[in-house]
Amino acid sequence: MIRDLLGSTLRVSTPLIFAALGGMFSERSGVINIALEGMMLVGAFGAAVGTLATQSPWLGSAWGMGAGVLLALLYGVFVIRLRANQIVAGTAINMLALGLTPFLCKIRYDVTGQTPAIPIGDRFQSAPLYLSWALVAICWLWMKYTRQGLWLRFAGEHPEALDAAGVRVNRVRWAAVAVSGALAGMGGASLSVFLSSSWARNMTAGRGFIALAALIFGKWRPVPTAMACLLFGFADAVETRLEGAKLWGREPIPVQFIQILPYLVTILVLAGFVGRSRAPKALGTVFSRA
Amino acid sequence: MAFGEDALDWGPAFDEDASARRPYLELAIGYRLLAIFPAVRRILQPILAVAAGLGLGLAATAIAGENPWHVLVILARGAFGSGYGLGMTLFYSTPLIFTGLSVAVAFQAGLFNIGAEGQLTLGALAAAAVGAVWPGLPWPLAPVLAGVAALAAGMLWGAIPGWLRARRGSHEVINTIMLNFIAAGLASYVALYVLSNPDSQNPETRPIGAGYCISQYAVFGGAPVSAALPLALLAAVAVWLLMSRTVLGFEMRAVGQSEAAARAAGIDPGRIQILALALAGGLAGLVGVGEVLGNAQKFKVGFSPEYGFMGIAVALLGRNQPAGVVAAAMLFGALHKGAADLDMETEHLTREVSMIFQALIILSVSAEGVWNWMSARRRAVKGVKPVGAPLEPGVAS
Repeated sequence: MIRDLLGSTLRVSTPLIFAALGGMFSERSGVINIALEGMMLVGAFGAAVGTLATQSPWLGSAWGMGAGVLLALLYGVFVIRLRANQIVAGTAINMLALGLTPFLCKIRYDVTGQTPAIPIGDRFQSAPLYLSWALVAICWLWMKYTRQGLWLRFAGEHPEALDAAGVRVNRVRWAAVAVSGALAGMGGASLSVFLSSSWARNMTAGRGFIALAALIFGKWRPVPTAMACLLFGFADAVETRLEGAKLWGREPIPVQFIQILPYLVTILVLAGFVGRSRAPKALGTVFSRA
Repeated sequence: MAFGEDALDWGPAFDEDASARRPYLELAIGYRLLAIFPAVRRILQPILAVAAGLGLGLAATAIAGENPWHVLVILARGAFGSGYGLGMTLFYSTPLIFTGLSVAVAFQAGLFNIGAEGQLTLGALAAAAVGAVWPGLPWPLAPVLAGVAALAAGMLWGAIPGWLRARRGSHEVINTIMLNFIAAGLASYVALYVLSNPDSQNPETRPIGAGYCISQYAVFGGAPVSAALPLALLAAVAVWLLMSRTVLGFEMRAVGQSEAAARAAGIDPGRIQILALALAGGLAGLVGVGEVLGNAQKFKVGFSPEYGFMGIAVALLGRNQPAGVVAAAMLFGALHKGAADLDMETEHLTREVSMIFQALIILSVSAEGVWNWMSARRRAVKGVKPVGAPLEPGVAS
């Protein structure tokens, strides 16, 4: 029972970890990423289509990541190049993903609700799980010890200083947003090709926002963020177990209360009631050399 | 921007007086043209953005193998072609007026209300709860009480992120998103466990008493257009009066333009922020009046096709002005209704297409940079000093 619960915690946290790390790249570079949800959704769709087409979950995930990058680049055009408001554009990107995926699904498979099922042999068994944790370690080392990691942090904390050092701030942000799309796309891929067997309409169901919450809970740092993903994944796993379960003849606790827990915790953390979480200083600001 | 640098730039400011002082007629005409340009731009920009968004969306339908003209005809006929169609358009527009006003009011005060979805969920839940708990109340009292409950629930759900922003310094965007999910969880708990409908398998509350129902207009061939529509229009007028004719409205706009300047002028920005988000929440909560009292007569989990998020688009397209919000809500309502017909009348399209249209319209409107870039080029050509960018609330502060 306990082992079972731990296993499913690790599994359901996997998409969250990918997406939250993706969000970290974008937000540490100074670009708010409300659009994680949409990028995950197109990633899930791209991966399902790719896996069905190539019969390989790895190639399929690459399609998913590509789809995520495409959407991220569109987001970048608006928020970096055209200086659109990041929240507004992010909301629009989410809507676009929500509309575009069934639209494309209908064109390709002539059904809207979900893609055909992916045969079990073509799906991931556990690779994304290990990959996600390897990625947490890589991101941590990369942010801490490489020059590019430093650039990323400065683009979000003090872009003027980075510019003065001769690094193009907006170029760093472009790269960060693209990586963000790729990772969110991988998060989506692990939903459709690892945790389930097809893409379904709005299958992310708010996981992009949970990833965003985990990112804030984890103070925009890789390892604490991954831990937050685990916590939220645990809540998700417990919820699935409890659904319909009876304890002494009655339901022990309504699942809704467990559902809202991650969100409640995030609000409390952000408000400083539980620890304190501070956003990158230049988050959401436009950088231009004037 | 610090006040010092700002003041330095004010010298050769560009206004009509300055142009009158110029001795050269030609220059004066140029200035006058530029002076009316912002007004033209305010009107023209949303129209062009809608055209661009619709054009791109129709191009997408062409990729799907449909004739774009045919799609446009179905959209228009579905939304306006019959009394029922027009009624459904108005039915969808009504909540969008409320959520659009909600986002616009917050935006005027410099705040982003992404939380209209949660606020309207709790508003509708509160209205339904009042109607389910006291089903026997008589007509004039019952709907008023339920409406007040919807308003109050929305206000509460708006005041929470307002308070968190004002007193704890945490950003309202994240908080309102989180509160949306919490509201959804609470509402489904209440609908499933506390007030569940014994006669239905669906997650919904017990029906409200007969005295609660507000009038529906028969001219729309059965479409559930209720007294909520005039209420929404009334709310738009009230918001206009509030924002442009009262001290509170002035204070809200002042805080929206510059928190520091407002504080220097003796306004407590925190108080205004809490009030603004509470008001925004209340407006969103009133969606419950149309949905519960005028349509479903109960709270149904998931009744809103993301009215809250569409409200962001409505406010943006309406330039955060009440009249603009009403117009934009009509457009989005028409899109929503028209797209429902695409499901049936075309081979390759589904109702989700309306999301694509909406997203493309928002993106087109949000790309202010295109305009700034174009007008900067125009100024560069004419050799005119650029005018300061219009003030807009910052996202991060």
